[in-house]
Parts: sequence; structure tokens; C-alpha cells
Amino acid sequence: MSRRARFAWFWLAAITIVVLSPVASIAAGESIGGKLIQTVGTEKTPVESATVIILQDGIEIGTGQSDAEGAWEIPVPAAGVYDAQLDTSTLPDGVGLTDPEKEVLTDINVREGQAKKVIFPLGVGSVSSVSTYDRVGALFVSGLKLGAIIALCAVGLSLVYGVTGLVNFAHAEMVTLGAVTAYFFHASAVGPQWPLLIASVPAVLVGAGFGWAQEEGLWRPLRARSVGLVAMMVVSIGLSFAVRHLILIFFGGEPRAYPDFAGQPPIEIFGISVVPKNLVTIGVALVVLAGVGLFLQRSRAGTAMRAVSDDADLAESSGIDVNRIILITWMLSGGLAALGGIFFGLNEAVQWDMGFRLLLLIFAAVVLGGLGTAYGAMVGGFVVGIAVEMSTLFMPNELKTAVGLVVLIVILLVRPQGLFGTKERIG
Amino acid sequence: MDWGSIFIDGILATIGPVTAAYAISAIGLNLQFGYAGLLNFGHVAFMLVGAYGMAITVDLGGPLWLGIIVGILTAAVLGFLLGLPTLRLRADYLAITTIAAAEAIRLVVRSSWAQPLTNGVFGIQGFADSFFDLNPFPPAELYGIGSLVVTGRKLWVMIVGWTIAVLMTLLIRRLINSPWGRVLKAIREDEDATTSLGKNVFSYKLQALMIGGAIGGIAGMLLAIEQQNVTPDAYLPQVTFILYVIVILGGAGTILGPIVGAVVFQFLFFTVDALMVNTQANIDWVGDLLTPAAAGQVKLVLVGVGMMVLMVFRPQGILGSREEALIDER
Repeated sequence: MSRRARFAWFWLAAITIVVLSPVASIAAGESIGGKLIQTVGTEKTPVESATVIILQDGIEIGTGQSDAEGAWEIPVPAAGVYDAQLDTSTLPDGVGLTDPEKEVLTDINVREGQAKKVIFPLGVGSVSSVSTYDRVGALFVSGLKLGAIIALCAVGLSLVYGVTGLVNFAHAEMVTLGAVTAYFFHASAVGPQWPLLIASVPAVLVGAGFGWAQEEGLWRPLRARSVGLVAMMVVSIGLSFAVRHLILIFFGGEPRAYPDFAGQPPIEIFGISVVPKNLVTIGVALVVLAGVGLFLQRSRAGTAMRAVSDDADLAESSGIDVNRIILITWMLSGGLAALGGIFFGLNEAVQWDMGFRLLLLIFAAVVLGGLGTAYGAMVGGFVVGIAVEMSTLFMPNELKTAVGLVVLIVILLVRPQGLFGTKERIG
Repeated sequence: MDWGSIFIDGILATIGPVTAAYAISAIGLNLQFGYAGLLNFGHVAFMLVGAYGMAITVDLGGPLWLGIIVGILTAAVLGFLLGLPTLRLRADYLAITTIAAAEAIRLVVRSSWAQPLTNGVFGIQGFADSFFDLNPFPPAELYGIGSLVVTGRKLWVMIVGWTIAVLMTLLIRRLINSPWGRVLKAIREDEDATTSLGKNVFSYKLQALMIGGAIGGIAGMLLAIEQQNVTPDAYLPQVTFILYVIVILGGAGTILGPIVGAVVFQFLFFTVDALMVNTQANIDWVGDLLTPAAAGQVKLVLVGVGMMVLMVFRPQGILGSREEALIDER
């Protein structure tokens, strides 16, 4: 071996060792880490004791703080896809992200045994970091947004309960199906790749169609066999489980985002920075919910729906085709759930179990408003959404779903018939 | 396709410690759902608090026997706390609340807020060494006939697990054939009539929830000991759904139902899984249609379908009687 070649080998080995050593030292497990360095011109300053949060599917996995060198490292339980969020309120004054959109780095793919490095680009920040007013305002808006999504989904569940007495656990899958269908028409490689706005139309139709198919193919025959309501609820859990895993088989387990409207820059309204798509979500939901209200109050089918809800036998004897009304209710319920699912996917991610994760909050909303009351479910949705988001003011972010569920249990303790429910025996 | 090895593996999985744990948990659920008519859809929470109660006690330096007592007590206390607000509610409300409570508990346990105690998503490992120290069989030695063999370690867990399952079955038989058990069945059949006879319905339901919960806690501990590992994401709601399939399949409200259900379910579950993985790998058009991971999910789809079909066509399961199984509005 010539001297030159030996020299090259030496350096290659040295570089390999240097490069691999951080990996080797923590080979026991996967982690995400990086260095927080503020760059102003050519001057680089490490940022100490700033908090980074690692999330997966919106659930917190771990937190860590940067040391005196600005370095941080957070172990993660397994290889997979994670998000890293820099808690900007823990940055020192005068330090901020050069790109405010980079507060959350999404889709960090950690391979088996990998110590993944990510970078938050830091520069000169606005001197006063986020004030309480801004934070409360921003949380309120995202609470409204989540509330709007929950309300859209909850109305249908409550209406179906009203006309049939069934608590439909498979409602969650109507939500997921809407989001997934929209993804297929919008972003799938084999789909037509329409804009999301147009892709929503077939998605809502598929949701309504799923509602129709459920009623025609399953629930009406079961009612004809006079299967009890509790047994039907168990059937709906089985249906939910089966459909959820079918979606998993065909859609895969990865969370996916709609390419349209991803990474929208925020705008300022009353000093609060808001992403426009949140406002659109809230606006569309309010219009749709108002439309549902009008439909229930003014149209023949809506009035009949309320009549069946009150007393199905009486409605039938006064000439209402109860089965037809129930079918319309299922289709309305499926369509609304699909729309809610699209908005949920737009604001978080499209994933096979997104509906099931939302379902418990939908239940909380429905119970808060009173099972079977459409307007109660709407109000309940907004209350639960705002309560869940605002709770992050006092509580760790990852516990916010648990807050919604605790709200549900407390309501049942204090006022089991819900805000709008009539006092009946529910014990 | 190697049918012999699929069959052998299926039998091994069926008689293994996991089946025993599922059977024990189902015995607890059967007391609540089958005998008392309580639609508890958060049964997995009892397994979670049982396992964590034990693991945390050992993790903090306590002995394993103390951990087991703590685990049983925490599960019973959870039953009490969950029962107080919810047992007065109608069946559908009870189902919603229990599933919500179970998810809330799991989310709290996995949060970094609870990390000092629970170690968050990473869970707690290696707490059952003293259990395996008692193992009279050399852990690495193989026991069995022909190719149907298990290691000494597994055999030890199996023997303990199935012994507990039999003991719990005897306990339930004793309870159900007592005046206490008759009141419980009376509540399931007609709550108002039982109340009018001067029985405190609420108290009986609460007791059933607590005892069933404690049995669920024991099952959680057995699973945790077998794996020497507790992580919050092992306690997803789907565990409860699988337990329901087991209870209904075996026959809700029968003494032997949970054990029969668990054995039959595990055998079918495992065989379907092995079949799917095998066809995925060996038959081209299936391989094109499904990824290996997706082939593994087919069994879960079938669990859901099975739950529906059973509930509609044979709600009494394998052992139950039709009259007792017609659960309806309560």
C-alpha cells in the first residue's frame, strides 16, 4: 500500500469514527436532536434552556431543553415519523425563528437506531415574545376551529340517536372516510388530483352514501329482526372496528397532509395571528350548521325528522314515512361527518384512525348538549373544542384530549341530560 | 404453505400465557357484562392500572408481592371511582363514559407530565425478576411433545396463568351461585323489580364493577409479567373490543364462557393471521394486493366483522342460552 493510499485510509477511518460516534454512543435507541444556534450576520450564539417538544400524531412523546452549547436530544420510543416543536415562549428575548412557519418541523422520519438531527433556523426575533393576549386569542381561534369540526360531526350523531335511539360508534369511520376520499380525489397518485375544494364534493357524497348503505344494508334489517338497541350498539362497535382496519389496509398507517393550503402564512386580525384556513373552517362550518338548523325548522323532511325524534309511533300514525326519514337522517349524518373529516384532515392530518380519535370528543359534545338534540350538539361541539384548546394555557399540550374526556365525565355527574336535553329518566 | 407448522404455532399461541391473561380479563368482564349487564367499554383501563400499579411499586423499590397487592387494589379502586358517577346512567351513557375514561387514563399515563412515575411512552421494564426466580424449570430448557415445545420460562408463566384462570372461574361460580349472584342476575333481567324487592341495586352494580375490575387488573399484571414490560400503548381500546368478542363468543353469563371464548378466539385469530401472512408471501396476486403489514391487519377486520355477526346471529355464543342472552334496553 502506497503512503498516499495509507494516508487516505487513515482519514477515511477517522472521519467514519467521528461521524458515527454520536450514533454509536446512543445505539440503544432512536432519538431526535439538534443544536439551537442563533445566527445574526456571521455571529453565532448558542441558545440555552429552550424547550423542544417531540410529537407523534399530535400527542406529545417527550420534551427536552438545550444545554449551554445549544444542543438538545430527545429519545423516541421507536423508528417512525415524528414532529418537533420549538416552544418559542422559552426562547430568550430577542431570539426568534427566522421563519415563523418552522416552529413545528413535521414528518421527521427516524430510522431504526438513528439519532436524527433537525434544525430550527434562529435569528432576531420580535423583542417581546408572544404576549398572553396573543396566546389566549390564538388558542380561542383554534378552539373555535376544533369546535366547528366537532360540531359538524356531532350533529349527525345526535340526529341519528334522536330518530333511532342508536349510539353509533361507526360514526367515527364516516369522518375518516370523508377525509380519506377527499385525499384520494385530491392528492392520490392514482386519483384525478382535483383541487381540494372540488375533491370535497365526492367525499361528502361518499359519506352520505356510506350512511345510506349502513341504514339500508344493516340497521333497517336489524330493526326488522327487532335486535335490541344495546346489541345494535355492540354491532356498531364491530362495524367501526372492521371499517377502521379496512381503511388502514388500503390507506396505510402514515399520516398524510392535503397538499392544498399546507403551510399557509398566518395573517393578523385584531393583533392575533391566524391561519386563513382556520377562518374558512369556522366560516363554512357556521354556514352549514345554520343550514342544518333551517332545514330542521323549515323543511318538511326536517320537521318530520324532529317529529320522529320526539315520538316515532305518533309520527308514523300521523302519516310520516318513518323509514324514509331515518334514511334521510343517516345520509345527512354521513355527509356532515365527511365534511367534518375533511376539515379535520385539513387542519391536522389524514390518518386511518383520525375519526376514532375525534369520536370521544364528539361524544363529549353530544352528551354535553344532550343526546338527541341537534342544537345541543352544535353548542356542545364549540364548548368542548374551546375548552380543549384553552386548557393548554394551564396544562401540558398532550393532556388536552384527556381534558375533553374529563369534561364529559363531569357533565354526566352534574347534568346527565345535557344542556339542552329534557329531564328524563336516564338512570 | 406449511400447514403443519401453522397448526403447531396456532396451538402454542392458544395454550400460551397471553390466552390465559385474556381469559382472566374476560372472566372479569363477564361478571360485569354477562351477569350484571353493565356495558363497561373501558375494561382495558383495569388491566392498565393493575399492571402499572404493580410495575410502579416494584420500580420504586417495593417487592413484587406488594406490587401485586397494589395492582389489585388500584384496579378495584378504579372500579369504585368509575362506578360512582356512571352506574346510575343508562347503558349507552355508561358505554360512552367508560371508554372515554379508559382513553383519558391512557393519555395521562403516556404523557410526559406523568413521566416521573410512569416513564411516559417508554414504559417500565424488568420488574418481574423475582417472579422468574421462583421458576422451578430451567428457563432455557424445552418441554413438550414432538415439535410442540415451550421453554421452561414460558411453561412457568403458562402454569401460573392457567391456574389463576381456573381459580377465578371457581370464584365466579361460587359468587354466582350465592344469593349475591342471584341478585346480580335479577338486576340484569329487571332492575326495577329488584329495587322493589328492597335490594340496593347501585351497590350491587358497584361491587360487580369493582370485583370484575380487580380480576381485569390481575390479567393486566400477568401480561406485564410475561413480557417484563408495561407501555401505555399496549392498552388501546381495541383490547376491550377483543375481550367483548371473547365473552360473547364463549357465551356471556356462563361460567366457562370466557375460557372457551379465549381459547377459540386465540386459535382462530392466530390461524387467520398465519394464513394471511402465508398467502401474502406465497400467492402472487394476494401479494400484489396486500403488503405484509396489511395482511396482518386482515385479522382485525375479521374481529370487527365477527363481533357484528355474533351479536346478530348468535348473541348467546357457544355456551349461552338464548333466553339469557337477549340483552336489551336497560
